[in-house]
Amino acid sequence: MKQEEDFDANLAGEDGTEAESKTSWFKRIKKGITTSTADKKETPEGLWTKCPECNYICTVTELRELLFVCPKCNHHHRIGSEEYFDILFDKNYFDILFENIRSKDFLGFTDLKPYSLRLQDSWKKTDITDSIRIGSGKVNALPLVIACMDFEFIGGSLGSVMGERISRAVDHCLEHKTPLMIICKSGGARMMESAFSLMQLAKVSGKLSQLTDACIPYISLLTDPSFGGISASFGMLGDLNIAEPGALIGFAGPRIIKETIKKDLPAGFQRSEFLLEHGFLDFIVDRKEMKEKLTKVLTLFKN
Amino acid sequence: MPENKNRQFLDFERPIKELFDEIEKLKQIAEKTKLDNSNYIAQLEGQVLEKRREITAALTSWQKVQLSRHPDRPYTLKYIQKITSNFIELHGDRNVKDDKAMVGGFAQIEGETVMMIGQQKGINTKMRQLRNFGMANPEGYRKALRLMKLAEKFNKPIITLIDTPGAYPGLEAEERGQGEAIARNIYEMIRLKVPVICVIIGEGASGGALGIGVGDRVVMLQNTWYTVISPESCSSILWRSWDQKEKAAEQLRLTSDNMLRFGLIDAIVPEPIGGAHWDYTEAADLLKQYLMPTLKELKQQSPEYRKQQRIEKFGKMGFWDEVTVQQQQPNNNI
Repeated sequence: MKQEEDFDANLAGEDGTEAESKTSWFKRIKKGITTSTADKKETPEGLWTKCPECNYICTVTELRELLFVCPKCNHHHRIGSEEYFDILFDKNYFDILFENIRSKDFLGFTDLKPYSLRLQDSWKKTDITDSIRIGSGKVNALPLVIACMDFEFIGGSLGSVMGERISRAVDHCLEHKTPLMIICKSGGARMMESAFSLMQLAKVSGKLSQLTDACIPYISLLTDPSFGGISASFGMLGDLNIAEPGALIGFAGPRIIKETIKKDLPAGFQRSEFLLEHGFLDFIVDRKEMKEKLTKVLTLFKN
Repeated sequence: MPENKNRQFLDFERPIKELFDEIEKLKQIAEKTKLDNSNYIAQLEGQVLEKRREITAALTSWQKVQLSRHPDRPYTLKYIQKITSNFIELHGDRNVKDDKAMVGGFAQIEGETVMMIGQQKGINTKMRQLRNFGMANPEGYRKALRLMKLAEKFNKPIITLIDTPGAYPGLEAEERGQGEAIARNIYEMIRLKVPVICVIIGEGASGGALGIGVGDRVVMLQNTWYTVISPESCSSILWRSWDQKEKAAEQLRLTSDNMLRFGLIDAIVPEPIGGAHWDYTEAADLLKQYLMPTLKELKQQSPEYRKQQRIEKFGKMGFWDEVTVQQQQPNNNI
């Protein structure tokens, strides 16, 4: 049985896979192989990668050339802002904006771990400064500001910094008359910022309203996963809402819905194709065709 | 309002129940023996008031959450009934159906027409189910938006009363775009040309509350909560257990005094001593005392100014550090 992912765990800063399924018949008590990963004499780390959907194995270099799309089953691997900027911006040339805005633990929030420590750990673990990066560059010579989320930073959670960086990106777009695209990849609001994170929904929506008044296009690209506060605000407010194939997109997480209705969810529930079918997406775009399609869209808006 | 003998009591309200029991006993004795003990009864009733004050003076965050969910607490329609006259309920989102968890319609406050909108909880088991425990589906949010647009068209102020444990997390809700419905409401509410006042009268949970919670003034009744997630869910996600809800409530700083301190709401509306469930009329009067001058004040502003103020107000929310980083060179390593 395929492991079900728990987005909530990502928001709690843990890795998001539940080790054991509730329906498993047998439970392994003793560990099978006791050699720790570090002691294994295997190929160098990070050289090979396995597709989580079809188990196809290929090298990371190969996968990178394929824009992190599985050649066998077209599964779109999760990638970060660095990869998206590389894929979309001409010659990978762009400015990174508003990196100086950083999260802080204003509330002194402590769950199993203090929020300040979580932030420290995330900064150490990754080379990104928060869950969103703003890049300003050109896509086939057309100027575009891309705000791209990074799932590896506390589950791409929506906190004050994401709100502020997007707000300033909007100001930047207003000033330079540049279209804006937000690439969503997030489990939802950052609970450690409590009501402040909730208010970012209103904050960003207000800023988007200024883009509307200035007749500047805003595109929302939803990737796997886009949940909670993201879909309840700017994720669904694009002049165009588009998505990558097979991305999980929704308001409530599948686990919560399953617990509420006490039934299994239908296959393909909350996938991009499901959303397209129900009328919430303009189209689904393959990563390989994204740049071309984006260019087409930007040209159409321009003329 | 429930009779004293039909009242329900939370754990920390037990001492009040004991006083009530004693008063009831004395009354029965008085009836049986025809002895006059009214002095003593009056004295005990005074103590009840004192107890109510005492209990609510030092509530923990979790107890306030419990108080906001008090089974005797007045809900949206009760406030509408007590504050307004000529209320006409309007139904349906003109798309799917009529969501019973969201109610709304035109009404008059002191002769002036306003649009009243809010989540409605049920007052007994059957009604609670019908009202879906105050958890609206997308059609509820779309109904709310339809009514707001109607109010805008006829230049009437909007008052929303928020009381929800969250937007409904169901299968059909997702099919019909729960996220989109809330997103659209937030976006449109910021742009409304008429004055909007949002009042949290009970629970204010997350996007479900914000979906009708963007306005020129956002205020909370004294014993309510408003934050990004319910303390139970927060506990289950961050603590990986349902048992840390008290701790979660504390950490989330979800009470009205905290929210005012953070500048996330504009005012706190006082409740009767001990909570709104002790006196519906007084609770409604206290709310009305806030609404009247505020409506008057907002009506004097221009629509454009109000919209600008909303964008600016929400734009200021959040906390962050601004560090000095080296000016990044354009990345052209390929």
